[in-house]
Amino acid sequence: MSLLIYGLINSIILALYTVGFSLTYGISGLANFAHGALYILSGYTAWSFLNILGLPFWASAPLAVIATALVGFLFYWVLLLRLRGIALAELIVTFAAGVAILELLTWKGFYGIRYSLPLFLRGGVEIGNVAVDYQRLFVVATGILLVILLWLFVHHTKIGLAFRAMAQNERTALSIGIESDWIGSLSLALGSALAAIAAMVVLPLGVMESTIGYEVLIYALAVAIVGGLESTLGMIAGSFIIGYGQILAARYIGAKWMVIVPLAAIVLVLIVRPSGLFGKFKELEERV
Amino acid sequence: MAAQGPILEVRRLSKNFGGVRAVHEVSFTLRRGEFLGVIGPNGSGKTTLVNLITGFVKPSSGSVFFKGAEITGKAPYKIAGLGLARTFQMVRLFYNLPAYKNVIIPLCSPRVKRLRGGKYGEKDDAAIDILDDMGFERDSFVPYKPAGSLPHGYLKRLDLARALALRPELLILDELFSGMSMSEVASTLPIIERLNQEGLTIVMIEHRLKELFRVVDRVLVLNFGMKIAEGTPSEVMESDAVKSAYLGIEVDVEAQAG
Amino acid sequence: MTEPGSKFRKKRLDRGIKARADTIFAVASWREILYLLLPRALPAGFLLLLPLFLDGYWEKVLVYACMFGLLALSWDFLASCGLFSLGQSLFFGLGAYLAGGLNYYLHWPPVVTLPVATIGGGLICSALLSPVMRLRGVYFAMVTLMLPILFMKGIEATGLLGGTHGLSALSPLVHDKVSAYLAVLGFLVCLFAFRRVINSDYGLVLMAIRDDDRAVMSGGINIYWRKSQALFIAGSVGAFAGALMTHHYQFVGKSVFALDYSILPVAAVALGGQGSFAGAALGAMILVPLSEALRALGGLRIAIYCSILILSILTLPEGVFHYMERKYQQFETKVEVR
Repeated sequence: MSLLIYGLINSIILALYTVGFSLTYGISGLANFAHGALYILSGYTAWSFLNILGLPFWASAPLAVIATALVGFLFYWVLLLRLRGIALAELIVTFAAGVAILELLTWKGFYGIRYSLPLFLRGGVEIGNVAVDYQRLFVVATGILLVILLWLFVHHTKIGLAFRAMAQNERTALSIGIESDWIGSLSLALGSALAAIAAMVVLPLGVMESTIGYEVLIYALAVAIVGGLESTLGMIAGSFIIGYGQILAARYIGAKWMVIVPLAAIVLVLIVRPSGLFGKFKELEERV
Repeated sequence: MAAQGPILEVRRLSKNFGGVRAVHEVSFTLRRGEFLGVIGPNGSGKTTLVNLITGFVKPSSGSVFFKGAEITGKAPYKIAGLGLARTFQMVRLFYNLPAYKNVIIPLCSPRVKRLRGGKYGEKDDAAIDILDDMGFERDSFVPYKPAGSLPHGYLKRLDLARALALRPELLILDELFSGMSMSEVASTLPIIERLNQEGLTIVMIEHRLKELFRVVDRVLVLNFGMKIAEGTPSEVMESDAVKSAYLGIEVDVEAQAG
Repeated sequence: MTEPGSKFRKKRLDRGIKARADTIFAVASWREILYLLLPRALPAGFLLLLPLFLDGYWEKVLVYACMFGLLALSWDFLASCGLFSLGQSLFFGLGAYLAGGLNYYLHWPPVVTLPVATIGGGLICSALLSPVMRLRGVYFAMVTLMLPILFMKGIEATGLLGGTHGLSALSPLVHDKVSAYLAVLGFLVCLFAFRRVINSDYGLVLMAIRDDDRAVMSGGINIYWRKSQALFIAGSVGAFAGALMTHHYQFVGKSVFALDYSILPVAAVALGGQGSFAGAALGAMILVPLSEALRALGGLRIAIYCSILILSILTLPEGVFHYMERKYQQFETKVEVR
């Protein structure tokens, strides 16, 4: 029973890490390698609002989310505008920007016990005979809610449909009056906002460290590789496979093996089905 | 070697894209040295058929035999290595490279190395020879210019040259003449006829029926992914199914069948 | 070419010798021979002489620069066939741990471990990455970024191969000068060999794979086999750098999988210019001494690499080397636009 619940929590956390990355990639084909950096950056922003400006958490968390979205938006216009379409340059620039942010944070000394966000729900409940605190339940709820909202947004709203049109063919989208730069920057802003929301709910569970930025990026990539890019279902499946895999490994082999699980999952998936379990890569099929 | 049997045999080949039947249960055989034309309205599955035969798209069902051996779903480079070359409807070239370097690529393949006996250092000359044959004058600048700077008609012929460099036994031309001017067609058509007379088996997909009917032995007509007629050019043009597909005349096919 | 509003545009003309020397190898005078030879011989000679004059700290910097130069060359080689790696530290680390492990556990001398690690590293790289090379672009980069980090975590977690402490007291190369020369020679050989390979038919096919892999396949060439060959070559070069580093420092630890070894080579290529190998080499030779000068800044260094990387991609996309090459081989005049 505890296995089931901890696995679920772990999986949802992984899904939360990935959801923003996956959204941005799905919409505009931008692999935002600064995802992890934005995640932790939003954590520090919220912390600064809390402890330097003295705002309450319910105000500083949304502010941090908005600030992060803004950073993502500016990222596009400052860094990516001139590189659009050169996948390699986009990737290198976002990655470099992400690393630069993380290293700057480390250098400024943002680590240590005092940098943590407050738990905003205290207490807990027993499910079966497993004690789960409210914060973790809240994480699960947020994760499920985000995925559902995302699905609704992408499939059922006008701007979502524009996003999908972009994802399918940029030129056609342009020709029917969808401005690709706006969509691109919005997708990046939205992805960053999702990273920030994830940070707001997950970070209170532990201490903030800039290395978490790398971890988030790694897990997001691992989930994306295992599940297949640009597929919501794949993202969910990927996070559950790695999430439960980790909990199982921790239980039956030893906690130190948890980090091996994503590696093993990636290697396995690459051998069996390189485009990911639900990937839609038609690598060889010519577009007719 | 199965020289006497059909060089290409396609058996009930089908491909579905999602719910769309791009090619449905198409079968035909091809004798060595034959010149087959494939026609059909836009979207009738001609290019998909080529992609299925050459391995660029995996078929949903059915099989393809080349020189008596099954090649269904094999990797494109393996099929090309057996001597089945193709051109592309949308030319795929290396636009940054000089034209003749484009022809060198297939010359580096194991197939050509085997056929040429591993002689080294003449690839440039061999490439220029092939191009000269295609109407790129040897002594002009044309073969040395970047492919991207050449006009469209030249690109099509460059694509043909690249397919021929593979020394194929079967050549599939996917709308070679589309986008060519009348005079370019007039100068290219004799080259293809000559290749066929020299013994090369050719499958030609074309929209220009007048030119096509002048050169081919046999025609295959596709519509909505299905084979609707097969025969000599004159037989095919008489067929009601073909008339309806091309001219939109309402012909009650079921009533005729019954 | 023209900037909006300006009445002049730049007109470029190849120098006579360059226009001839690209295709015809008949050189008329000493001046022309020097024109062709100097840009190659000067840097090579300089590098070869350098270890004689350097000692201690700066010798280490030189070895370091050559390591990163090798990694940058290996990156550029992979990129020339369309595989963009963000994990050069995978190649580096595999070579380092192979050499270190063989030396530590089996006590093989460096004469044996160096070649074994070089070839073994290349083999492991191509085996590990061959499933991925069917997928282009972002996917390959993602996987290569992941693998070294996971290797590092794996070593940390399982305690294999020395765990967090690493393997120390490995046998050194005979003398510091030997390793310095091995590094410089390896770097130069690799640079000139790659430049030659990429201009041969073999390199032509690799570049064609980058441009349009389907067209190459329709030419009867097994692109996957070619790509795994390219992976093997690039992997070997990276592994050689790693193995040499291990014996030079007589130590190998999990830090060989660190991000530095992945980012700096990419930054070097971005700075120097992609596709010519000389750009990669030049970039490494600029960046490494620069980063030594910045050592006092500690963790900020990586942030600075990243800024250099971003700036050079945004402002000088062709790279320093191609810029210099153009200045060297072309006249540039301003022509009035009428």
